[in-house]
Amino acid sequence: MTPADRPILLKNARLIDPAGDREERGGVLVRGGVIQAVGPQVTQAADARVIDCMGQVLSPGLIDMRAFIGEPGGPYRETLKSAGEAAAAGGVTTVVSMPDTIPALDDPAVIDFIVRRARDTSVVNIRPAAALTKGLQGVEMAEIGRLKEAGAIAFTDGARSVTNAQVMRRALTYARDFDALIIHHVEDPDLVGQGVMNEGEFSSRLGLPGIPREAETVMLERDIRLVRLTGGRYHAAMISCADSAEIVRAAKARGLPVTCGVSINHLALNENDIGDYRTFLKLSPPLRHEDDRQAMIEALADGTIDVIVSDHNPQDVENKRLPFAEAANGAVGLETLLSAALRLVHADRISLPRLLRALSTKPAEILGLPGGRLTIGAPADLIVFDPDAPYVLDKRQLKSLSKNSPFDEARLEGQVTLTMVGGRIVFNRDTV
Amino acid sequence: MSDAPRSVFPHRHLLGIEGLSPLDIQALLDLADEQVEVSRQIEKRKTTLRGRTQINLFFEPSTRTQSSFEIAGKRLGADVMNMQVASSSVKKGETLIDTAATLNAMRPDIIVVRHHAAGAVHLLAQKVDCSVVNAGDGTHEHPTQALLDALTIRRNKGRIEGLTVAICGDILHSRVARSNMILLAAMGARVRLVAPSTLLPPGIARLGFETFTSMEKGLKDADIVMMLRLQHERMNGSFVPSLKEYFRFYGLDQEKLSFAKPDALVMHPGPMNRGVEISSDVADGAQSLIREQVEMGVAVRMAVLEALASHLPNR
Repeated sequence: MTPADRPILLKNARLIDPAGDREERGGVLVRGGVIQAVGPQVTQAADARVIDCMGQVLSPGLIDMRAFIGEPGGPYRETLKSAGEAAAAGGVTTVVSMPDTIPALDDPAVIDFIVRRARDTSVVNIRPAAALTKGLQGVEMAEIGRLKEAGAIAFTDGARSVTNAQVMRRALTYARDFDALIIHHVEDPDLVGQGVMNEGEFSSRLGLPGIPREAETVMLERDIRLVRLTGGRYHAAMISCADSAEIVRAAKARGLPVTCGVSINHLALNENDIGDYRTFLKLSPPLRHEDDRQAMIEALADGTIDVIVSDHNPQDVENKRLPFAEAANGAVGLETLLSAALRLVHADRISLPRLLRALSTKPAEILGLPGGRLTIGAPADLIVFDPDAPYVLDKRQLKSLSKNSPFDEARLEGQVTLTMVGGRIVFNRDTV
Repeated sequence: MSDAPRSVFPHRHLLGIEGLSPLDIQALLDLADEQVEVSRQIEKRKTTLRGRTQINLFFEPSTRTQSSFEIAGKRLGADVMNMQVASSSVKKGETLIDTAATLNAMRPDIIVVRHHAAGAVHLLAQKVDCSVVNAGDGTHEHPTQALLDALTIRRNKGRIEGLTVAICGDILHSRVARSNMILLAAMGARVRLVAPSTLLPPGIARLGFETFTSMEKGLKDADIVMMLRLQHERMNGSFVPSLKEYFRFYGLDQEKLSFAKPDALVMHPGPMNRGVEISSDVADGAQSLIREQVEMGVAVRMAVLEALASHLPNR
């Protein structure tokens, strides 16, 4: 029996099952990579290795629907291996990787490569999202059926929007036949234009070209009309402003197959954090006004926003140590996703089970994955964390190959102590 | 043999299957059965259309349909003239009506028309005094193809009524599919349409046809599997992602054919894209009727021309 096969008992934990909104004291027995028993009665198991959780929270591992990984094509930014280590340290047990690689993930052979390579090198589950259009060019639909067979979990042009409505219409129509999920970055590039931050008073003060909220809302409205026309399954990758939340709310009220996400950055930060032209806060969509951030938190709390993503986007120094307008977009986020999200719990804006729901159960449902729940038979993708443990983020401690964190030197509360993927412990803070 | 024209067919033109009654269709198929025998004799020449002028007016290139109409007309004794019209060089509306008027002045008896625009043949029929046969108008109708398919089915299965026919592929752009759907439904067959949603005409399910996006489900227990040609310009990313993906999910190979009844028969209006909508082993296999369809094409076109003979002008 290899160590991976040996049963593990995680006892004396505060169990939170966000799928059932259940919270209780108890333990989880893991055997054969799945949860074999869970609940207050689970206190011992004869042949198991026992880990005392000391009253910390035990919940399903986080499922991050949006991370950019540099492999293939940019291994200096991030590899599947380094992304896996960063994810494990952050309590993320499943990562959906974006197809914006070199080459783009638009070929079944490349998806196959990612699946195998991730299995061989990453300690967490990495599920590739394939390109929606060939070469991410927004012109010709990619091979949705064959890519799905090869292991693509969803279809998206990653950081790009499909501007041609006819292409989007046909893709939504075609994807429906394969029950394929389309994830879309909703940002009209023409309205973005030269913009580099939220359009408004603050951009005028900094003398930077702005991006209007309408770059997002126009694209989102269009997409929702097309969803209504086609019936395709649609997920807006990230929304960032109050009007977008209204649009999604209305679409859901109509019963359309629409879900949406928000990045942790748009929940935790606003445009003022850019301060003195801090390029680590240059993001797409841009950080918005505080009112928008408040609207995002409310939309998360009322279920309009389904999931929180890290939008992990590693960029090396060369791409960030530039004048703000010339710097690359993106911030790393896998390792700080949970800590930053817990700010909302500490501020009493959302309950812990509800937060974990947006970080695990909902993404699992949207992606059709079996995780995100503490139930017998579910995969043993689990985390143990102390929601109150304070620390100051030191970017040098990040496991990610890139250090462009917007939370560098920020005070955070809540740290993962143990991460388990498929019954294997892949991160343990005590032994780090 | 009496070559006197029969007056069983009450229409002056054949513009589409729509508008034909089941009795009309029945009559044409019965007549076509006789033409099959004629075409298999040494002496194939009849006199029904002796002295008559038939113009094949093709605004779209065609090999098999045009030659099939030509042979049909010649076997009935007509003088057949083929006109290929380059359609891109001139303004279409004007050309069509002008061409119709010009041709009409030459006193033809029958004009066989193929045009790239739906409804063009109807328009032309209004402008001439002779009979007009639709040899395919845009993505609207191709009635003689549907009739030849029906004849092929009837001769092989002994009936059409009660059969389950799966029409598969690019239904959206197919005049063959439209004519077949109408004809087969009128004759009591169960018609299924199998295609990716991007190639299904919008709202088609509301017209009473069962639609499927999976070949496995759509072909289950089918008696006839009718494949359609996928145009090259539709293959790469616009309606379907690629040729490879199309063949993987919608191309008829032995595995997908096995979902149909064991005695299911395979049809294709031609020309085939081997390896795109149909594999070679199926196209050339024992269940394939594709060659026979071509033979039935001549017989059906002879039947149509003969049926129209009693309505011709210049008497």
